[in-house]
Amino acid sequence: MEATGLQIAWFVLFFVLIAGYAVLDGFDLGVGVLSLFNRSDAERRLYINAIAPVWDGNEVWLLTAGGALFAAFPPVYATTFSGMYLAMMLVLLGLISRAVAMEFRGKVESATWRRVWDRAFGLGSLLPTILFGVAVGNVLRGLPLDAEGEFVGTFLGLLNPLALLCGVLALAMFVTHGAAYLACRTEGDLRERSLRTAGRIWWAWAGLYAAATFYAWFDAPTLFATSVGRPVFWTLLIVMAACLGGFPIAVRQAHVNRALVLSGTAIAATIGLCAAAMFPDLVPALAMPSHSLTLVNSSSSPLALRTMLIIALVGMPMVLAYTVFIYRVFRGPVRLDEHSY
Amino acid sequence: MIFAVGVATGITMEFQFGTNWASYSRFVGDIFGAPLAAEGVFAFFLESSFLGLYLFGRNRVPAWLHWVSILMVALGATMSAFWILVANSWQQTPAGYILDPVTGRPILTSFAEAVFNPSTWPRFFHTITACLVCGAFVMAALSAELILRGKAVAVARRSLGVGIVAAAIFSLLVAFPFGDLHARQVALTNPEKFAALEGLYETREGGAGLILFAIPRTDPPRLEARIEIPWLTSLMVHGDPHAPIPALDSFPPDRVARGAELPLTFLSFHNMVALGMLFIGLSWLALFFLWRGTLHQKTWLLQALRYSWPLPLAACTLGWMAAEIGRQPWIVYGLLRTSEAASKSVTAGEVLASIVMFGVIYALLGALWLFLLYRKVQHGPEEVA
Repeated sequence: MEATGLQIAWFVLFFVLIAGYAVLDGFDLGVGVLSLFNRSDAERRLYINAIAPVWDGNEVWLLTAGGALFAAFPPVYATTFSGMYLAMMLVLLGLISRAVAMEFRGKVESATWRRVWDRAFGLGSLLPTILFGVAVGNVLRGLPLDAEGEFVGTFLGLLNPLALLCGVLALAMFVTHGAAYLACRTEGDLRERSLRTAGRIWWAWAGLYAAATFYAWFDAPTLFATSVGRPVFWTLLIVMAACLGGFPIAVRQAHVNRALVLSGTAIAATIGLCAAAMFPDLVPALAMPSHSLTLVNSSSSPLALRTMLIIALVGMPMVLAYTVFIYRVFRGPVRLDEHSY
Repeated sequence: MIFAVGVATGITMEFQFGTNWASYSRFVGDIFGAPLAAEGVFAFFLESSFLGLYLFGRNRVPAWLHWVSILMVALGATMSAFWILVANSWQQTPAGYILDPVTGRPILTSFAEAVFNPSTWPRFFHTITACLVCGAFVMAALSAELILRGKAVAVARRSLGVGIVAAAIFSLLVAFPFGDLHARQVALTNPEKFAALEGLYETREGGAGLILFAIPRTDPPRLEARIEIPWLTSLMVHGDPHAPIPALDSFPPDRVARGAELPLTFLSFHNMVALGMLFIGLSWLALFFLWRGTLHQKTWLLQALRYSWPLPLAACTLGWMAAEIGRQPWIVYGLLRTSEAASKSVTAGEVLASIVMFGVIYALLGALWLFLLYRKVQHGPEEVA
C-alpha cells in the first residue's frame, strides 16, 4: 500500500517533536552531566539556575512526542515502550531524580545535603542521555519483532555494540551542546572554561559520529540501501556536516550564541538523518523485514490523523511563539537572586 | 516544590500506557492517543513554560506579565485536567467509534462525540471542584496554623477568609449539583458500576434504598450491619421512590466483578461521600463564624481546620478508587477487559521490580516532600513589606 500524505505528515511531525526534544532537553541534560565534573558548589548552583526556568518546558517535548506517537502510530508506541521496558524505567528514574534534585538542593542549609542532590541531578541526567542514545541505536538497527509486531528480544540484547556506540555518541553530543549553552548563560572565567570544554568534547562527538556511521554501514546496511538515493538524506547530511564543522570555529572565536545554534542544528539534522534512513519504517524488524512496523501498517485511521494534524497546526505555533519569547526573556548570563534555586 | 514532584511523577503515567499496557495502547490508540497528545500541546507546554517564567522571571518581566504567567499556569492545569479526563471518561463511557470488522478495535468516527462522551462533563466539573476543595482546605489549614502560632496574623486572617469562602462554595458544588449529576450519569451509562458503588447486590422488589452504613463481605457479595434510608436511591436517580434499579445479580456474571473489587468500590465511594458531607459541615460552620466576625477566636475550630488538609486529598483518592476499581472487570467499559490489556513482552518479574523501585522512590519523595513542606510552614511566610 502507498503511504498517504497524512501518514507522511505524521512521520515527519513525530521526528520534528523528537528533534525538538533532543535540541532543547539535550542541552539541559548536558549541563546536568557537566555538573558531575565541577567541584565548586557555587558553580554547580549556577549550572542549575541556568536551566531552571526552561528544563520543564523542554521535557514536555518528550511527553508530546510520546503522546503523538501513541495517537498517530499506536503499535509503534506499544512495541517500543513495552519492548524496552527496563530501559524506560531507568529513564524515568533518571528524569525523576534530576527534577526533584534541582528543587530540593537549596532547601536545607547543609553542604552534604547539596552534594547528595547534586549527585542525583548529575546521574539523573547521565542515565537518560545514554539510554536515549541506546534506544535510538536499537531502533535504527532494528528490534526483534514477531509477526504481530511484538518485541521478542531481551534487555541484554539491547546492549549491542551499535546501540552502545550511539549511547556514548548521544552523551558526547549533549555534553558539547550543554557546554555551549553554559557558555551563553555564564560570564568570565566560567564562560571561558565552558567554551574550552565544548571545544574538547566536540572531538568525541565528531569521532563517535564517524565511528557509529562506519559501524552501522556493516551492522545495519538496510539504513543506507534506499536512503543514499534520496536528496533529503544528502541535504540533511550536508547541513549536519556544515554545522558540526562550523562549531569549533565559533567556539574559538567565542561566538557563544552561534556555537549553540550550530550544535543544536547539528543535533536536529542528526535526528532528521535517522528518520530519512529509516523511512518508511518506524521500527525495522531485525532480520525480518516483513515484520517491520511502517508508517503504512501502523498508522491510526485517516480521521484520527486529520484531527491530530488540526490540533498540531493550531497548538504548535502558539507553543513555538511563547517558547521563543521565554528564551528571549532569559537570555544572557544568569544572575542569582532571592528566587533562585 | 509541589509542581516539581508532580511533574516528576506525572511522566511515569504518560509512559505507563506504552510500557505496561501495550495491548491496551494497541487497542485504543486510534482514539485514546489524541487527547493525550492534545494535553501535551495545549496544556503541558503552557503550564511548564509559564511556570518557569513565573518562578524565575520576576526581575526580568513587567509585573503584569508576571501575573499573567501564573494565570497561564492555572489555565494550563485546567486544560490538562480536561484532556486527561476526556481520555479517562472515554474508558468509562466510550463513544464516537465503530469497531473495525477485521481487527475488532475501535476506529474513530467522530472526534467531538469521543471527546464529549456521556461522562466527560459530569466528571470534569466533579473533579475540578474537588481539586478546588483541596486547594481551599490547604489554604485554610495553613492560615489557621499561622493564626494559632501568632505568625503573620494579618496576612493569615485574609487568606483564611479566602480559604473558608472557597471551601464553602466548592465543597457544596462538588456534591450538588456535580456529584449528584455524575452519580445519575453512572446509573444510566454504567449500571453495573452504579450497583457496585451503592451496594445493590441483590434484586429486591420496589425502589432501592440509600445505604448509609454497612460492612461489605465477599463470597457471596453481601452487606452486613446495614443502615439505609428506604427508596432514597431510586428517588435521587429517577425522581420516583419505587422505580427499580438493577442490582448486580441482574447482569451476566462475566460483566461484573466478583472479588475484592466489590468491597473496595463500595467502601471508597461511601467514605468519599461521608468526607464530602464533613467538608460541607466544617466549611459552612467556619463561614458562619467568619460572617459573625468571631472565627479567629474559635480556637477549637481553627485547630480542626489546621489538621483538616489531608482529608480532601484522601477524598479525591477514594473517588478515583471508586471510579477505576468500580469499572472492573473492564479497562474500556464493555470493549476490553483489564486482563487482556497488559503488555505481553514484559515479564511479571520486570513489573514487580519496577513496582518495588517506584514504591521505594515515591515513599522517599513523599517523606522528603512532607519534611520540606513542614519546615517551610514552620518558617512561615516572609513578612510583606
